[in-house]
This record gives sequence, C-alpha cells and structure tokens, in this order.
Amino acid sequence: MGAIYRREMGSFFTSGIGYVFLTVFYIASGYFFYNDVIKSGLGDISPMFVSMFIVVIFLIPVLTMRLLSEEKKNRTDQGLLTAPISLWEIVLGKFFAAFTLFVIAESVIFIYALILKYLCKDMVWASLLGNYFAMLILGAAFIAIGVFISSLTENQMASAVVSVFFFLVLYAFDDSALEKINSNSFISKNFKISTRERIIEFLSHLSMRSRYTEFTRGIFSLSSVLFFLSIVFLFNFFTVKVLEKKRWA
Amino acid sequence: MIEVKNLVKRYGDKRAVNDISFKVEKGEILGFLGPNGAGKSTTMNMLTGYISSTSGQILINGVDILEEPKKAKASIGYLPEIPPLYVDMTVDAYLNFVFDLKKCKLPRKAHINDVCNLCKISDVRKRLIKNLSKGYKQRVGLAQALINNPPVLILDEPTVGLDPNQIIEIRTLIKKLGKRHTVILSSHILPEIQAVCDRIIIINKGVVAADGTADEIAKNITNEHKMTLRIEGPDHSRAEKDKIVQALKNIGGVKYVRADMEREKGIYDYDVETDGKTDVRRDINKLCFDNGWNILMLQLSDLTLEDIFLKITMGEGFGHSEDEKGAAAKEKKPKVRINLMTEEEAKAAEQAAREAAEEAAGEALDEKGDEE
Repeated sequence: MGAIYRREMGSFFTSGIGYVFLTVFYIASGYFFYNDVIKSGLGDISPMFVSMFIVVIFLIPVLTMRLLSEEKKNRTDQGLLTAPISLWEIVLGKFFAAFTLFVIAESVIFIYALILKYLCKDMVWASLLGNYFAMLILGAAFIAIGVFISSLTENQMASAVVSVFFFLVLYAFDDSALEKINSNSFISKNFKISTRERIIEFLSHLSMRSRYTEFTRGIFSLSSVLFFLSIVFLFNFFTVKVLEKKRWA
Repeated sequence: MIEVKNLVKRYGDKRAVNDISFKVEKGEILGFLGPNGAGKSTTMNMLTGYISSTSGQILINGVDILEEPKKAKASIGYLPEIPPLYVDMTVDAYLNFVFDLKKCKLPRKAHINDVCNLCKISDVRKRLIKNLSKGYKQRVGLAQALINNPPVLILDEPTVGLDPNQIIEIRTLIKKLGKRHTVILSSHILPEIQAVCDRIIIINKGVVAADGTADEIAKNITNEHKMTLRIEGPDHSRAEKDKIVQALKNIGGVKYVRADMEREKGIYDYDVETDGKTDVRRDINKLCFDNGWNILMLQLSDLTLEDIFLKITMGEGFGHSEDEKGAAAKEKKPKVRINLMTEEEAKAAEQAAREAAEEAAGEALDEKGDEE
C-alpha cells in the first residue's frame, strides 16, 4: 500500500493535478471565506462550509478521475495486479493519496481561523472544528465514490463527468427535495400518506447533504459520522470488486 | 517449477486458450511460439495472475495462483507485451517504486544497481521514462521484472521494438538469466526462439500444436529424413538416370527416391527419403564410387523451425496422425516448386509466404480485438 500511496502522491505533483487542485481550492475557499464569513461580520465560519460543498463536488473528481482509469489505459495495471499485493492495498493506496491531498487543501481553513480570531474575538473553535471534520468525512466519502467511478472506465473525462453528475445528484438530494417529491400531486394521489412518510423518512437518512448541513449547524452526530465512514468503506469495497471482476471476466 | 493443467480461457463463446497443459522445470528456458492472436499473451496473463482462467490449474512452485495469489506472484517477474511503465517517473523512481511494490527485502541500493547494470540502463537512470527510446523502455520493463530476483521470469515478446544489436544483447541476457531463473518467453520471431530456448511450445488457435526441442519437433513432423543429391554419371543420359534411381532405392534404409529435374546438361537431382533411423550418406558415397559416378551435391533438407512454424500455423494441422500424412504430402509440392527457382527467387517466395501468414494471423487478431 505504501508504494502505491507514495507513487500517487508524487504523481499528483509531477502531473500538476495536485497544484491545480490546491490552487482552485484555495481561491474558492478564500472567496467564500471573504464573502460568507468576513462580510457578515459574525465570528461563525459555518456559512463558508455550506458553500464549499459545491466546490468539493467539482474538485474531488479532479483528484480521482485518473486514479484507476489511467492505469487501465496505459496498461500499468498489469504491473500492479501481478505484484504480490492484494487488491485492497491498491485501492486503499490510491484512496489515501487522494485523501491526503484533500486534507492538505482543507487545512487551509486554520489560516482563515487565525484571521477570523484576529478580526472577531468571539470566534467559536468548536464550530470550526466540527465543520472541518464534517468536510473531511464528506470529502472521504466523495473520494471513495470517485475512485470507484474511475475504476469503471478507461477514459478520464468520462470518469470526471460521471463523478460530477453523481455528486450533483447527491447534492440535490436533501430534505427540501424530498418534501417536494412528497407534495407532488401524482405521488400523493397514488400512495398512502403513511407509506409515503415512511419512504421519505428512510430516504432522508441517506441524504449526504442533510447530514452535512447538520454538522455545519454545530450538531455533532455519531450516526452521521458512521454513515460517511460506511460510504467510504462500501465504495472502496465496490472498487475492489470491480478490479476482481475484471480479472474473472 | 511451473505446472499448467488443462488451462482454458473463454471470452464469451470464443476460446482464446483451449486446454493447454505443460510443465516447466527449474532452470529451463521455454519459448512460446505462435502467430499473433494464438493465445500466447492470454496464457502468460493467466500464468502471472493478471486474469483468471475459466478452468484448469496453474501451479507456480507448487502454489496455486488463484488460491494463494500473493505467494505465487512473489516468485514471478513479469514483463507484459506493453511494459507497465509510469512514463512520468524517472527510471530510478520507477524502479524504487517497483522495489517497494514487490516488498523486496534485498538491500535496496545495491540490488537496483545490479539490475540496472544487468539491463544496461545505468546511464539513463535519472531520465524520465517518457523521454526514453523504445529499446530503453523495453529494458526498463525487463529491469522491473528482475527486481526481487524472482525464480520465475515470464517475458512477453521481450525483443519487440529493439534494434538488431539490442536484440542480440537481450538474448544473451536472457540466456544468462536462464542459468539462475526459470524463463518463459514468447515470440513470433523464430530465430530468437531457436537461439535462446531449450524447449519450444508452439501454440496455435489456443492449443499446443507442438512441444519439445527444435530438433524433436522437426523430427516429429516428418519421420523421414530428406536429402537432395546431384549425381553425375559418365554417359549423361536418361537411361542412366533410371539406373541411378534404381541403385539408390536398393540401399538399405532408403524409402523413396525420385529423380528431379535436369540441373546441368545430363545431370539430374534426386530426392531421397530415408526411414530416419539409418544414415545412408556413406552408403550413397560408396555406391557412387563403385559405379564411377560423381556426387556434385548432397544437401540434407531437414525442416527448419521456420518450415514447421509455417506448416503448423498455416492451418495444415499437426499432431494427428492422419493430418500428418496430408501435411507431408503437401510439403512435397512447394519443395518442387522452390527447386525450379533460383535461390533468390526461392527466398523471395518464402518471404512472401511468411508475410502472408503473418498478415492472416494479424487479421485474426484484429477480429479478436473488435470482438472484445
């Protein structure tokens, strides 16, 4: 796992993707920090994180799009799959490399925190750390999904486009969207209210955005943490299965 | 060392590899020979655990590659058809990566140095792989396979894209490696296989068409030894020709004699086939001496590996006794035709035949590619 992790980290910076990712992330987060936090004049950093969700949607695919698709295209996967290592080591090596870069990017908010501390004395550290952590696990979940999508194709662009689309769907999928579905006349005519509510309640538990927003409001929920970690595990597991299936095809 | 039992690989309805079995002993250099699309690479990919087999078993050092992949893979060094190089890395960085990937326990610096010296890439170690020539890339690929000193080396067309000097170098290197490693290499280049390998397996259309040393295979395909004689009698007449044929037929061990065409004025060529057990050359010499005939030429026309390859892969079939006779019968015709030509023409014809065969095989491969 170490070998793959180190190679991917090196490759992020020799290929320039790492720099692009960091630059865009810093510019976007800087903008939202200024617009959502400093302009408001309050010591709360949460509004920035609400906006950062959409940035993450477009930036994570930049990290993950080539991780497995490029290996397949250049036939370098032959080297990996015939080496005495397990598929989990390959997948996790790639996952953690992308995740590390994400952590480096996101840690910039500690600089913002210092600026905020300087500007408003009543900054809340707990809220900041909660938000930081929420974005970390959201990023981890998205990276796992991105790596999975990358394992399905040889084409980087296809991988990126599908990832962005998938993330946007996840973004749109929140409580208010569910409420709209619930009040849709077709659905309310055809389904009993008790069934509807049960289904809506079940779906709302799956909404990443609702869970993430919960964090930005300062609520630390263990079930949400477990939810995101399960997504990470599940999609890495799927990626392993995709590699395995390819071998058996 | 390597044991393959009834290996089958199916892609949909197509059987890319169909019931291949063989064994490779320690220290042996085995050559896989076959036209493009014969199933060489598929077999090698299965041997190295890159893809699974549909059925059958592969044992590397007694370890099943599908049951204990990590253990089995640890003893294999693999150079695929396209070397798995990360082109944005330097040679040094890449070899270090492979060193870590294979969890190599040898002293890092010394081992990588050794491998670089062996593959003659020491002078490009600081360069990016994408800037290297094809020959160097191929050698980096070979170096990658050699990291961790695996007891088994599997090389898929290792000399593709190299210039003649490099080809000779790589061949010498493989021979050298064969002393310490078990090597399986594939190629569709005959002289290469002949020069390097102890044993040859010819694969065609997913089945083993022949297995043995070059000599064994050659003997198997035609049981008779053939030779062409040019004998000059004193009279330079047609009657004399028949007399010579008769006399040759009477030599013990000779199965078949046929007078060929008149090469020089009044001098004929004779095709002689023996039973393959007796060496009749001395008897022929004595016969001619006793009769006052002169032998102007004696040429053994044993099949070369090239003939065998063409014969097997052109779809004439091999290994079935009824086919063998048919193949032998067909063999005679082109021989006559080639005799009618000058040497240059014969060579050109042979070349054309080979090209046609390669083209046909190439098309088969393209079709396969399309299906995939």
